[in-house]
Amino acid sequence: MYDIIIIGAGPSGMTAGIYSGIARKKVLLLEKEAYGGQILKASCIKNYPGLDNVSGIDYAQKLYNQVKELNIDIKFESALEVKNYDKFKEVITNKNSYKTKTIIIASGAKNRKLGLNNEDKLIGKGISYCATCDGMFFKDKKVAITGGGRTAIDDALYLSNICKKVYVIYRQKEFKFDSINLSNLRKKDNVEFIFNTNIIDINGNEKLESIVLKENDIDDTTTLKIDGLFIAIGHIPVSEMFNNLIKTDEKGYIISNEECTTNIEGIFVAGDIREKNVRQLTTACSDGTIAAINACKYIENEKQTDKCI
Amino acid sequence: MKIININDNFDEEVRKYKGISIVDFWADWCGPCKMFGPIFENVSKKYDNIKFCKLNVDENEEIPKEFGIMSIPCIVMFKDGEEIKRNIGFIDEDGLNDFIGDLNV
Repeated sequence: MYDIIIIGAGPSGMTAGIYSGIARKKVLLLEKEAYGGQILKASCIKNYPGLDNVSGIDYAQKLYNQVKELNIDIKFESALEVKNYDKFKEVITNKNSYKTKTIIIASGAKNRKLGLNNEDKLIGKGISYCATCDGMFFKDKKVAITGGGRTAIDDALYLSNICKKVYVIYRQKEFKFDSINLSNLRKKDNVEFIFNTNIIDINGNEKLESIVLKENDIDDTTTLKIDGLFIAIGHIPVSEMFNNLIKTDEKGYIISNEECTTNIEGIFVAGDIREKNVRQLTTACSDGTIAAINACKYIENEKQTDKCI
Repeated sequence: MKIININDNFDEEVRKYKGISIVDFWADWCGPCKMFGPIFENVSKKYDNIKFCKLNVDENEEIPKEFGIMSIPCIVMFKDGEEIKRNIGFIDEDGLNDFIGDLNV
């Protein structure tokens, strides 16, 4: 029986791992993909106090090493379901099931897809959700990026330094914010903005060949030949496997509070998967801290209760 | 089998090789590739009849282009120099063993 099972090895999950490990708890950290989560996409972390120009990759590696030092079990398995019993809880994965006293859900968020035909088929064959991961393969080529948030702008700027041409496609008429990167992007000769326009089709068999664009309120469509399409239209929470037990809001974020508790005692939540307004690296680490400390407290309280009986 | 670096000799080591080889396409700037490195190495020790190779996509741009590599980590399995399957994205040891599967080698 584990003391704490942490689902997800992004910054919040790994921070929870550090605190649980230091508290000498028996901990299992589950991750279904590469550890680090979304921070892996950051080419350079500029907003974490005390960190100076560290890449997301290096940061994730440091965190991982820190967790490993603490003798925590780390398994690359995908959590499929959590169950709550009287005296313990259980996590079912794609390979095993594990009993535990507490659970910290830190499953984060995944990339939002356009939801178009051929999108899944062409991932890694011209379609990407991570400019810093895959941008180098499009050196001197023509690419498009779709999205209107800060990530899309930062990624477009990154790509404009590598690619021959970058089309920035956004469904609204103008961006809703200003930033240094946006004003730098506007100065680039090889960047073309296509506003008020949606991508309605993706073409290609073995690799991406073109996308079909439609301007709002206009019937005609245009076909744009490109080598790469980067999709940066936000994220959706990864909580569907907990829906049977854990309450979420209408978007799928787990309902919680500053103590990182959920509707089930002994199950905590941390990071981007938690219902909140600010999702940053700093707040993810903060959640991981709080969830781990409260999980430890819960275990101690249960021990006391058992003694009374 | 020992891992071979094939940045400069893909043709000799893979294209002309009679048997099964697996190429790990990677780069320094790719985090999941770095995480996958030790996994690839560990698993390589278990198979005597598979040639495990690494190709740095920054050192050799031609071969990744020829095989349409557009996202890494990417591993490609070759039989007698012909691609038979590939996997895009990070996988752990179990995932790599599954990828290799039952080759009777």
